[in-house]
Amino acid sequence: MLKITSLVKRYGAGDPVLKDLDLEVPGEEVVSVIGSSGAGKSTLLRCINRLVEPTSGKIFLNGTDFTSLGKRELRVGRRRIGMVFQSFNLVDRLTVMENVQSGRLGYISTWAALSRRYPKEDIRRAYELMERVGIAHYANKRADELSGGERQRVGVIRALMQQPEILLADEPTASLDPKTSEQIMTLLRDLARELKLPVIINIHNVNEAKEFSDRIVGMRYGRIIFDDLPDALTKDAMHEIYAGVPHEDRQMEGAAA
Amino acid sequence: MSTARDTWRKQPFIANPVLRYGLYAAIAVYIVTTFATLPIDWDRMVQGLSRAGRIFGGAFPPSFQRSELLIDGFMESLKIAILATVGGVLLSIPIAFMAARNIAPLSIYYFGRAVIIIARSFHPVIVAIIFVKAVGFGPFAGILTLIVYSIGFVAKLLAEKIEEIDPGPVEAMRAAGAPFLSTLVYAVFPQIMQRQIGLGIYQLDSNLRASAVVGIVGAGGIGATLANAFGRYDYDFALAITMVIVGAILISEAVSGAIRKRIA
Amino acid sequence: MEQVQLQDWARYTPAQRFQRYGYFALTALVVAWALGSVNIIWAWVWDAPTQMGDLFSRMVPPDPTHLDQILSALWETVNLATIATAMAVVLALPVAYIAAQNTTPNALTLWLGRFILVSSRSVNTIIWALLFVAIFGPGVVAGIVAIMFRSIGFLGKLLGEAIEEIDPKPVEALKACGASHFKVVLYAIVPQVMPTFFAVAILRWDINLRESTVLGLVGAGGIGVILQGAIDTFNWQEVSTVLLAIIALVVAGEVVSSYLRRKIL
Ligand SMILES: Nc1ncnc2c1ncn2[C@@H]1O[C@H](COP(=O)(O)OP(=O)(O)O)[C@@H](O)[C@H]1O
Ligand SMILES: [Mg+2]
Repeated sequence: MLKITSLVKRYGAGDPVLKDLDLEVPGEEVVSVIGSSGAGKSTLLRCINRLVEPTSGKIFLNGTDFTSLGKRELRVGRRRIGMVFQSFNLVDRLTVMENVQSGRLGYISTWAALSRRYPKEDIRRAYELMERVGIAHYANKRADELSGGERQRVGVIRALMQQPEILLADEPTASLDPKTSEQIMTLLRDLARELKLPVIINIHNVNEAKEFSDRIVGMRYGRIIFDDLPDALTKDAMHEIYAGVPHEDRQMEGAAA
Repeated sequence: MSTARDTWRKQPFIANPVLRYGLYAAIAVYIVTTFATLPIDWDRMVQGLSRAGRIFGGAFPPSFQRSELLIDGFMESLKIAILATVGGVLLSIPIAFMAARNIAPLSIYYFGRAVIIIARSFHPVIVAIIFVKAVGFGPFAGILTLIVYSIGFVAKLLAEKIEEIDPGPVEAMRAAGAPFLSTLVYAVFPQIMQRQIGLGIYQLDSNLRASAVVGIVGAGGIGATLANAFGRYDYDFALAITMVIVGAILISEAVSGAIRKRIA
Repeated sequence: MEQVQLQDWARYTPAQRFQRYGYFALTALVVAWALGSVNIIWAWVWDAPTQMGDLFSRMVPPDPTHLDQILSALWETVNLATIATAMAVVLALPVAYIAAQNTTPNALTLWLGRFILVSSRSVNTIIWALLFVAIFGPGVVAGIVAIMFRSIGFLGKLLGEAIEEIDPKPVEALKACGASHFKVVLYAIVPQVMPTFFAVAILRWDINLRESTVLGLVGAGGIGVILQGAIDTFNWQEVSTVLLAIIALVVAGEVVSSYLRRKIL
């Protein structure tokens, strides 16, 4: 279970991007986070594995307080959080297998990493997962020879190789065509069920969010203003989430303060 | 087929194992035999450390006492570089035309190419030592050397540029019955002038660098001053000269970069 | 095209024209100054073509008596250049790493890296050779070290630029996996700079082959030693043999390096 309490993130000296935010993701739920650009969705995800340092607040993953981890502990902690990216973030010149195995880099020895002699169990698991998403026959291909959908499958498998306790996906389908996008969303949902894994997905496409998630969180200007089942996301609620522009929001904040 | 796969190896760059290990072995043998057969005087090398200590001890602080000599040497290098650039860039033009396939007849083309290849093959220091023997010590040998050096670079690039010029104007002129020389002046020159000026500025920078070096074998300029200082164990003066050379190179690189950016 | 044909009457505005004449006059002035004050004995200049012709006539035909020595010195030159390039490549890696803004540990190491690059690059191989001949005595060691010192700057600069231009996204992804710093370098940075690495190593090898032909003139080993000896003894026919051998070496080096480039990249 992921538990975030009074999370604040401020870049530089400006207004905070996340304002005293609380969120709980129990068990094996697929949660979609929606909101207009600049609402702070990516910042929220990146605070969880501390690719972005939170300014204040607490983040607990199954009892571990991530905000208090030291450098070395953080590295161990990050193994427990898988992340999938909008632009896949694969290493183009490495093979699919190497990209997949790079999810294990936190576990294996430097020599194994250097010589590409991965542990047998890791290779077996990689083949199983790749087979599951239909890319096993690409194991020896270079990542840049694959199509967008295939590349994102590699990205997902890389994250799953970590045997994470939670999966974070930052607009995983925004670079894909609608059909491929559906396939990747289906995959994420099904894998989450099979592996009993909670998933947080930042997403722009509200229809996909409704179709594939158990719960929807709506963000607006650094705050969560909607948190409910997909069916509860009415026209009015959507209007509330997407209507404002950051500039107006800022002025309203000023007036309120 | 799928369930039991638990081995994977990265496909090696050379697939054939015999070839691959053969190559590794060849590299290992090469390294070992080369180190074993290079004429290395280990005793002399071991002394190196104490000598290095003495040299650096003697070099600090750098001495600018004979700055007159230093300035004279530097100005001479500058003059060598300027004159060689002008001479080299001017001479490059006819040579480049000779070496351009679309302008020159085949026999002249081969001659032009040969000139360029020879000019490029020899390091300026070798050219310098030959010229020093032929025309005596001093800046004249330096100028001749750097003219050859400039031709190797400028004529080659210019010839490539001429080969890719727009053939339209050339043909138009030829069709109008213009003589060969005016075809060049009116149809070809305008297309290459810009490039030639840029190359000239770049070459001035290169020549200034090279002029510091050719002096070491007697072709004038600050290099000669440096070689003399080294020969007389004046390491503090040598350091001062080196610092001036490095400073001049950095400035010249910055200036030539800025000018080329502006005219590009 | 049109612009070319209309050039005679409308190419430049009067102001531009004036500016161009100004630059032209300035250039002429500088050249006149250089020509007027340079320390040249003009009688030698007029005599130069005769002298050159004379020298050339003494060079032909090339004398192959000591061809075996020349060839073995040529081989020594190749080895010198190759070994020095290989060692420089290895040493340039850490320098490039600390000279690249996105990988350097801190500001101090960044400036250290840049200092190494600038000092290595702005001192010519021959000047390095002068220094190392004074330290290690005449011989190939001075030559190898001189070439290394010059090459580290060249290789380090180009590699460092390649590191600065990598795509940072895979780096971030691997950090998020919990990979250690070294493994991130290994998996996300090394593959991205590999092509540049090979390209600049081959390029520098080619350059070093040329440079190592002259090291002998300051006593730092290789074919230059024989060239110097032949010149000192006025054995011009042997000089021309050595020069031909050098051309062959340089051309062969160019062929090999372009073959390697095609093969590896
Ligand atoms: N590294 C950064 N430095 C400064 N400001 C940033 C940085 N990253 C994001 N921001 C700002 O934070 C706000 C939220 O950005 P982000 O979390 O990317 O929103 P979303 O993912 O919802 O589009 C934006 O106003 C953005 O400009
Ligand atoms: Mg975002």
